[in-house]
This record gives sequence, C-alpha cells and structure tokens, in this order.
Amino acid sequence: MLISCDKASIICNKVQYKEASWWQKIKLKLHLRYCGSCAEYTEKNTALTSLCDKAKLNSLSEADKEKMRKLFEGHQ
Amino acid sequence: MTHSEEYMTDHKLNPDTWIDLYADYLFNYAVARVNNAEIAKDLVQETFFAGLNSAKNYKGDAAERTWLIAILKRKVIDYYRKINSNKGKAEVRINYNANSDSEGDWLEERVADPFSKSENDPIENEELGLAIQECISKLPKKQSLVFTMKTIQGVSTEDICNELGINPSNLWVMIHRARTALMGCLNQNWY
Repeated sequence: MLISCDKASIICNKVQYKEASWWQKIKLKLHLRYCGSCAEYTEKNTALTSLCDKAKLNSLSEADKEKMRKLFEGHQ
Repeated sequence: MTHSEEYMTDHKLNPDTWIDLYADYLFNYAVARVNNAEIAKDLVQETFFAGLNSAKNYKGDAAERTWLIAILKRKVIDYYRKINSNKGKAEVRINYNANSDSEGDWLEERVADPFSKSENDPIENEELGLAIQECISKLPKKQSLVFTMKTIQGVSTEDICNELGINPSNLWVMIHRARTALMGCLNQNWY
C-alpha cells in the first residue's frame, strides 16, 4: 500500500495522461497525504498539463520532419 | 539588453540542427498566423531554404532562432499578399446589426471587453506555446521526442514504444525527466 517517491512520481505522470489505474490513484493519494515534496511535485505537474492544454501546441510529425530533412539536404 | 547578451554577438548558424531545434517552434508560430497546418508546413520549409540561401548575409547579431523567425515573418506576409492580390479580397466588411433596435455606440459595443481576462486569450496562449516549445527544444533529443509524441501528438504509449524501440518503463522515466525539466524551465514566467 505504501509506495516510494519514485513510484509516486511515475503514477503522477500517468495520471497526467489518464493512464493510471484506479488502484494506482488510491496509492498515490495516500502517498501524497504524508509526503510534502511529492504533493508539491504533483501540483506543479498538474499545472504543466493545463499549461500545455491551454497553449494548444502544434508539432510536426517525425515523418514530416524526415521529409523536410530530405528536401533540405537536397537543397544544401 | 542584459550584461551577458552584450558580449554574445558572435552567434553562428548550424543549418544541420535547424529542423531538430526549430521546426516545431516555427511551425507553431506559422499555424497561429495562417490557421492551416499544410500551409504552415510549407512556410516553415521555405523559411529553412531561404535561411540557407541567405546564410552568408547572417551577421551573427541575432540568435539563430530570432533570425529564422524574422524570415518566417516575411514568408507569412508574402503569403497574405499573394492570396489577397485580387483587389478587394482584402477588404473587410462589418455588418452591424443583427437587431436593428441597437443604435448609438455600435463600435464600442463591438470591441472586446478589455477587462475580461479570458482563459482563451489568443495572444497570451501563443506566447505560452512558444515558451513551452522553446523549453522542449532544450531537452535531450530523445526526451523531447517522447514528450512531444505523447503530449502534443497524443500517440499511445504502446505505439511510441514500438516506434522508438523502448519499453514502457523507459518511456515513463523519460516523461518524468522531461516534465521535471519543463517545470523548471517554465517556472519563472508561467506558474
């Protein structure tokens, strides 16, 4: 039932991507009750998720970048 | 200009690293302006070509990225010139009046409320996006790749692992390191 800070941070990251199981979330919640530094980490990590959502980030796929690299090399 | 920047006037161009370091940054900038991913992609590509062609004119007084953004800005302007070249297309018409009872301060009624600090302020969100993108570009390459695929492109854990030949626990460790670094990088201005 008790988990290490390393485990807690991994679960916390899974929560950010909605990939933590129900049981993992319970273990994390319990850990956060007595671990201040993980509680702070979780708060910041959750804020990072909402910043990323808010920014509506765009990125090129690796395939697009590869295509760009090819064209670019041809150009050089 | 801060003290340290004053002495950093000898920037160099490294075209080989441009795509890794700046493609996403420039792409975000372009998408925000042309609102179309395909067109934005072309503009980024053209920016790299133009950068290469005029590399000899680079005097090193601006950072590489700033210099590329300046080129991209021109590309965006050229793009709008081209699509607006038929006279009249650029004209903006405003029809006031869904309900004809309103009279009077119609212009005033139309401007956005300057006091509303909306969550969706497009300018602030764009700055935020560029700040995040800049922080991502400072991550080690594999971390930035994993973070981008997972967070921005929404690729599943399984697919990322298959594509990069890593196992899920590697992936979560990299995500953890990337996110910790990003929290530190964004810390001062955005939290």
